[in-house]
Amino acid sequence: MFAFIVRRIIQSILVMLVISFVGFSVQHSIGDPVRDMVGIRVSAADREALRDKLGLNDPFWIQYVRFLKNALHGDLGTSYFHSKPTMDVILSKAPATLELVFGSSIIILVFTFPLGIYSALKPRSWLSRFVMGASTVGVAVPVFLTAIALIYVFGVELNWLPAYGRGETVNVWGWDSGMLTLDGIKHLILPSVALSSIMLPLYIRLIRSEMMEVLETEYIKFAWAKGLHRSRIWFVHAFKNTLLPVVTVFGVEIGILFAFTLLTETVFQWQGMGFMFLEAVERSDTALLVAYLMVVGGMFVVINTLVDIVYGFINPMVRIAGAK
Amino acid sequence: MNAWQRFRSSYLLYSFKRDPVAVLSFSVFFFLVTVAFLAPVIAPYNPYDTTAFDILDGEIPPSWMEGGEKHFWLGTDIQGRDLYSTMLYGLRTSVIIGLGAVIFQSIVGIVIGMMSGYLGGRVDSFFMRVADIQFSIPYLIVAIIASAVFQLAFGVGRFEQLAMPLLILIIGMSEWPKYARTVRASVLGEKNKEYVEAARVIGLNSRLIMFRHILPNTMTPVLVISTIQVAQAVMSEAALSFLGLGMPITKPSLGSLINAGFEYVFSGSWWITFFPGLLLVIFTLVIILFGDWLRDVLNPKLYKG
Amino acid sequence: MGHLLEVKNLEVKFALRFGDLTAIDNISFTLDRREKLGLVGESGAGKSVAGFSIINLISKPGYISGGHVIFDGMELNRLGHEQMRDIRGNRISMIFQDPMMTLNPVLTIGTQMAETVLAHRNVSRHDAMDIALEKLKKVYIPSPEKRLQQYPHECSGGMRQRIVIAIALLTDPALIIADEPTTALDVTIQAGIMDLLQELCEAEDMGLILITHDLAVVSQVTERIAVMYAGRIIEIGPTREIVSRPRHPYTRGLINALPWGRKAGNRLTQIPGMMPTLTDIPPGCGFHPRCPGSRPICLEKRPDLVPVDGPDHSVACHMPEGSD
Repeated sequence: MFAFIVRRIIQSILVMLVISFVGFSVQHSIGDPVRDMVGIRVSAADREALRDKLGLNDPFWIQYVRFLKNALHGDLGTSYFHSKPTMDVILSKAPATLELVFGSSIIILVFTFPLGIYSALKPRSWLSRFVMGASTVGVAVPVFLTAIALIYVFGVELNWLPAYGRGETVNVWGWDSGMLTLDGIKHLILPSVALSSIMLPLYIRLIRSEMMEVLETEYIKFAWAKGLHRSRIWFVHAFKNTLLPVVTVFGVEIGILFAFTLLTETVFQWQGMGFMFLEAVERSDTALLVAYLMVVGGMFVVINTLVDIVYGFINPMVRIAGAK
Repeated sequence: MNAWQRFRSSYLLYSFKRDPVAVLSFSVFFFLVTVAFLAPVIAPYNPYDTTAFDILDGEIPPSWMEGGEKHFWLGTDIQGRDLYSTMLYGLRTSVIIGLGAVIFQSIVGIVIGMMSGYLGGRVDSFFMRVADIQFSIPYLIVAIIASAVFQLAFGVGRFEQLAMPLLILIIGMSEWPKYARTVRASVLGEKNKEYVEAARVIGLNSRLIMFRHILPNTMTPVLVISTIQVAQAVMSEAALSFLGLGMPITKPSLGSLINAGFEYVFSGSWWITFFPGLLLVIFTLVIILFGDWLRDVLNPKLYKG
Repeated sequence: MGHLLEVKNLEVKFALRFGDLTAIDNISFTLDRREKLGLVGESGAGKSVAGFSIINLISKPGYISGGHVIFDGMELNRLGHEQMRDIRGNRISMIFQDPMMTLNPVLTIGTQMAETVLAHRNVSRHDAMDIALEKLKKVYIPSPEKRLQQYPHECSGGMRQRIVIAIALLTDPALIIADEPTTALDVTIQAGIMDLLQELCEAEDMGLILITHDLAVVSQVTERIAVMYAGRIIEIGPTREIVSRPRHPYTRGLINALPWGRKAGNRLTQIPGMMPTLTDIPPGCGFHPRCPGSRPICLEKRPDLVPVDGPDHSVACHMPEGSD
């Protein structure tokens, strides 16, 4: 098991290096820190001098190493628009996105397993049919349409829930949380529902089909032949086997959830990392863009590694293979 | 029997004809694609022709509502373009990008997957590493970042000009690993079968073995994932356009139309977002339904030979 | 004293879209305590379905459409779900064909054994594990304590099947139904498993129904044989008699097909043709297209199972061998 974890971690470091290389290449070719710093009125000669001083005329590899060193120290450059270190900007926007993802994850967890398992165990009931039908349609509806529809129905027509922004936030040790006030929580509801609408149909369908497949296996039939209680067969034998593939997919899909926060944040004017990224694009703020790439890339690598390790714990067969 | 005759008498066609959902979804899909490609012929107006519309005609509601006009069946958008025509052209754009991206990613993915699976060794390790790396980051983020980078690199104007092929490239590159992995797994399974050994013994070269013998046997999983991939490509393009990183408003796709109409939903001009949205959902839905059916039909049977 | 198990006029059908197919067409047999009965036939004859129908475990779309299964005085097919659960794995145990598919890959062997005990007996988990240990020893598994902690894929094929047999023994059942227990194993291991089964049945006072296509195995282990063809029993009687003097042309064909007692270099005999699928069973006697002695009556009338050579040995044939 230990060997397996070590291999996984080495692999993730490798991936991070690649991501950093890509990020740096982008910055190197597109960004122009000198222009960002001093504008266009400075003479060409002065600009050259500045470039030399900043080390911008050094060979590619030297600059790359410098970039890496800075990155490891937490310095990913300075955002030209915000006039602040990019890390600061990102960290200030991160809580918003994280809370949004958190809110959606809760909704997803609460609804997908029960609904998915129920549809697998009782496929002919009207609830199952309704859930499956809604899920199929749900997969086809893009998140931004759901978001717009939600805003229109709940925000404008019925006026039950606020339609944009985060509402009141409370600063707890540097973390701007919207979850500590009722107003903040109300603002969190619609965006979380919108975001979860991507994953809900997918997961419900996945859990249902996995469960149904497991229920047809020989070992489940054997469990019946052994005379075990129905609940044990369903929730211990079948469920554990369903969990395995679902967990792997879940890990990957968390990443997609993050990707879709971009879309959700635009619709709801939610001041998170995604919204910040799109603004950076509009303003040609290359440094911020690259920093976002690094942070988000790094985050995915960490999540994937964690998921693989957790999967290794649940699935005994992987452990043995990894140790060899 | 030649391929067409085999198809006509195949189990696939038989179960297709018997399943109403499959027939319905395929027909709607076929209809929409045809309509999309015939857009220049069918649409009453040409939304790309800047002289054909007038901003004073902007935000006219659909023809059956108060204030609507008969020749603007579904109303107009903010720039005065006929929504119906723009939607048709937008659908065409979505279809081209969707199919184009999938063709691109499938070709790249299949070739790499085949080489990886068949040649093994370093080639395999290398490509699979690259695929792993790309897999760690969700396809949408890859597409969004690539798009953003291209936009910054080329500048907005040039980006708009190159938008369509660029989008095909971006969306294509973001998903090739899926094809590569699927094909590779298939190839690994087929590699050890006797017909491959037989071919080698006869002395056929690797490339011939790979493409003429093994490839046809790996097509089933490719077909199964392709339909979902088309749906996903269409939705990715819509998402990119919605964010402003895709098709520009001058050559809109359904996504950019939805984006354009978004701000006006609350001031009452809901149709600018609603109708393109509805069309997008229906189009994606039929692809997904058809893909589901295809997967169910191909799955257990063909794996048994 | 009545029989341990009595199957009377059992009929099993499959409910398909274009009508019902008869998989088991009116079979009857009895089994006494400590008696070993072989249920023999080619693949598709319906023997596995017969085995499953005893404990009412036929997969959909199959269902019992007629007849009785009487176990120890109780009519099994009339029992409710809970009562049936009390019988399965408790008084009647079943062994399936492929032990790799039979054992749940994500649960330890100990868990899978203990749960069977816990489902039927009111004992502590600790006691359940002790019982499991005891049974593992009975099937001659080396280092049984270690096995309890292991997962199925960590054991070899032969060992897995022994474990499955041990599971069958956990509740000291009165009857074991073994469905092709050695087919999935290496030939070298098969003999060991069959010996084990034989020994256990005698030592533990259990009845055994051995379902197999392997006539060689059945002739060495069982006291009585029932030969099935196309869902019907066409011959049933004492093993010795059936093997030495088969009455039904099909049985004779099966015996002749065995490679024993042949001089090297002679051709193997075969029964020409193939057993019909459920949709194509010929009218009258189902075997007549392949029967060397078929007469016109064989196409018209289905032969009843009537005694010949005494009450124990019955044949369903219009022209049984050795007569007229």
